[in-house]
Amino acid sequence: MSAAEHAAAATARHGGGEAVVSLRVPARVKSLRLVRRLMREAAAASGCGDTCTRDIVIAVDEACQNVIRHAYGDRASGDIVIDVRRQGDALTVDVVDFAPPVDPSSVHPRPLDELRPGGLGTHFIRECMDESEFREPPAGAGNRLWMSKKIE
Amino acid sequence: MNCEIRDEGDSAVVSLSGDVDLESSPRVRSALLDCVRMKRTVVVDMAGVSYIDSSGVASLVEAFQSARKSHTRFVLARVSDAAMRVLELARLDRVFTIVGDVADGLEHGG
Repeated sequence: MSAAEHAAAATARHGGGEAVVSLRVPARVKSLRLVRRLMREAAAASGCGDTCTRDIVIAVDEACQNVIRHAYGDRASGDIVIDVRRQGDALTVDVVDFAPPVDPSSVHPRPLDELRPGGLGTHFIRECMDESEFREPPAGAGNRLWMSKKIE
Repeated sequence: MNCEIRDEGDSAVVSLSGDVDLESSPRVRSALLDCVRMKRTVVVDMAGVSYIDSSGVASLVEAFQSARKSHTRFVLARVSDAAMRVLELARLDRVFTIVGDVADGLEHGG
């Protein structure tokens, strides 16, 4: 495939917009710091202010943690692909893994009135982003979480 | 991430700095639980926390609950803006006792 065809395929897969950055990291705890650093740069370079950048970093970090802890779990490790795009006045982030598909209906935030550790990650993602949902993953991938936030 | 414990007799001041994330939060968790077990007052100085994730928040919640059971006073002090945002997201900013100064946390320990 030529570079143009690659770009067209990526556009078709992700629904358009302008590529900001794409990265592929091993699904390991040690990757999280790098992911946060790159996301901070990518959000800021796309015009996000401090608060918006901070929220996007939190959401992507928690999404990657969910992949590491729940999608891959104790099974064989794999990679996480993070694809950041700019679509109009919004930044979209796809977090894709190659783990066995997770039932999206099993992923929900816990009630906050219950004071107990754990289960906060999905709640953070929903609070920090304007939209988030599981979408059809690209061929060969396991899961794809799509998130969007207005750049401000 | 750095986690320093200062012994103050019946109290302990645990100073956290850097990123409290999935990689470092197990260390924070065990340090806090140890202090809660051994002291009457535990003040967590969070001035230097540049980032805290859900696993870091979970460590604080666990220590807080353990403190409640053992009647240990558990206080967060000098919470950085980055950490406060995450506590607010978790609706925990009104659950924890949060003070502006480490000395305030120690003084009210009784």
